[in-house]
Amino acid sequence: MTPAQHAIDPRHLLEQMLLIRAYEEAIVAGSEAGKVPGTCTSVGQEAAAVGVVNALTADDLILTNHRSAGHLLARGANPGRLLAEVMGRSDGYCGGRSGSLHISAKELGVVLTSTIVGAELSLAPGVALSQTMLGRQGIVVCFFGDGAACEGSFHESLNLAALWNLPILYVCENNHWQAFVHRREAMSREHVSAFAQPYGIPSSTVDGNDVSAVLIAATAAAAQVRASRRPYLLETWTYRTRGHFEPDDQAYVDQAEREAWLARDPIAMCRDRLVAAGSLSEAAAAALAAKVADRIASALAFAEASPYPAPSALTENVYA
Amino acid sequence: MPAMTLYDAVGAALVEEMRHDPRVLVFGEGIATKRHDLVQEFGALRVRNTPLAEGIIAGTAVGAAGTGLRPVIDLLFAPFLCYAMDELVNSAGKLRYMSGGQFSFPLVTLAMTGAGWGVGAQHNHNNEAWFVHSPGLKVVMPSNPADAKGLLKAAIRDDNPVMFFLDIGLLYQPGEVAAGEHVAPLGKAAVLREGGDVTLVSYGKTVHHCLQAAETLAAQGIAAEVIDLRSLKPLDEATILASVAKTGRLVVVHEANRLCGIGAEIAALVAEQAFARLKAPVVRLGGPDAPVAASYPLEQAFVPQAEAIAAAAERLCRPQHA
Repeated sequence: MTPAQHAIDPRHLLEQMLLIRAYEEAIVAGSEAGKVPGTCTSVGQEAAAVGVVNALTADDLILTNHRSAGHLLARGANPGRLLAEVMGRSDGYCGGRSGSLHISAKELGVVLTSTIVGAELSLAPGVALSQTMLGRQGIVVCFFGDGAACEGSFHESLNLAALWNLPILYVCENNHWQAFVHRREAMSREHVSAFAQPYGIPSSTVDGNDVSAVLIAATAAAAQVRASRRPYLLETWTYRTRGHFEPDDQAYVDQAEREAWLARDPIAMCRDRLVAAGSLSEAAAAALAAKVADRIASALAFAEASPYPAPSALTENVYA
Repeated sequence: MPAMTLYDAVGAALVEEMRHDPRVLVFGEGIATKRHDLVQEFGALRVRNTPLAEGIIAGTAVGAAGTGLRPVIDLLFAPFLCYAMDELVNSAGKLRYMSGGQFSFPLVTLAMTGAGWGVGAQHNHNNEAWFVHSPGLKVVMPSNPADAKGLLKAAIRDDNPVMFFLDIGLLYQPGEVAAGEHVAPLGKAAVLREGGDVTLVSYGKTVHHCLQAAETLAAQGIAAEVIDLRSLKPLDEATILASVAKTGRLVVVHEANRLCGIGAEIAALVAEQAFARLKAPVVRLGGPDAPVAASYPLEQAFVPQAEAIAAAAERLCRPQHA
């Protein structure tokens, strides 16, 4: 089955979301047990990642940020190599030099990951310039959050992409949280999609917790970028249900708001819809969950068995 | 050999390297306006003006370099680099290492600095040492047109991000530049004058002040060796140490603030590796811990001049006169 055929099978989307959730829950559990360093999770945002990544082709390039597990796993990253990276081991995608916050996987087209909020936006025009000037067909997809949309680099990036006709699909995962600050306190508008219009960049907002809606919106947006070779901004309206960084007691969170979003959990919504439509039996749903749990258990075992890099390799790859 | 200014030597290097490699492109603040000959030869896609937005210029260059192009960017004045620090330091300098070597960043950043135009502290700030302290970046500052051309060609061919500083005071000084292909390797200092009594190490315009001082010293019977570092990272430690082993005396001179400047690093290098060869303490001459003033006499007073260099060297050689 080709990736495109996978993409239109909603059970595949559900499986990817389950994998992302299980992967991040394994990191949280490992962190609580003192076995895995803390990290920034994307729990609650799985549909936003899976819907967009499944709208892409293999030659598209992705820039992401510190909340990248969904993008990487939906793109086909090996969870064992990801966990090895989080745990600082040699078999990680970056040889343990990144840790969880800036994992790049060039072989998957996930490039130049930075944890500096807004850096992905400053790098994206150059990646798109390479695609254009070197005659590559793939477009560039840049994932960022509502926090990054308040950085100057966001506005500079949109201005240049519009000015230079760069094929960038900007994807703002508006998860309502900018580290420990609610977006209401930090952003002059409710929707990041509104920020695109002054630059002449078409934009839209989609329910980021509905994976089918995200897939449809992202497919249309990507098609528009491909056809026009011009930027587009898609805002996925979602919610970060865990804290900024593990561990985080979330004492600062409006619990009523969080409960309302938890009631719209993207995985439960997708599963319930498939079951109601008769596309997925309860037994098949349970089997999917068990399959994913097995994969994560194997991945953890792989990562734990992977050696740490040798101290003698400390200064490798500083210079080319 | 034909004479050309440092500014024109930069242009000559750009032309040659853009002919040499179609992946090389240049963009920045007014570069397509000021170097219109490049637009005419290479077209508007490879030579671009940009918004006056250093962060996105640098970020775009880093993104392009990381995915197959070889950009040269012009950010005009070194203090403007402050707007591009994340892109240059956190992205260009670190993402190769942090990705386990998945990416390289062949990118050159041009920036002018130094006394000469009375433009004041927000256009003149010799902040090159900041970038020496940032891993993953190379740092170059030529003192003459021939080196500017040869070093820029090497910087464009290098697979690492190179900060290329242009001394404002030298920009329109003519100098001889050999015609044809000449690539000056990064990390190799030039011994411009040989001498056995004292070593004068510098880069940028103060190299010329050291050469003037060496003339003065020669008249007094003191033979000064003058070393032009040319690149600050990689630093040509071997050439410095070999000279100090011979002379036993060292004066390090730069226009940049003395505090935590390149001179401090060189003094420490010599203290660690050539202490036994020293006949006198190492002397550093540099700018004060102050912003640069626009007023001409104050701007000049910021920069170590030939008289001060000669006097410092003479005190090292004839301590009884100190």
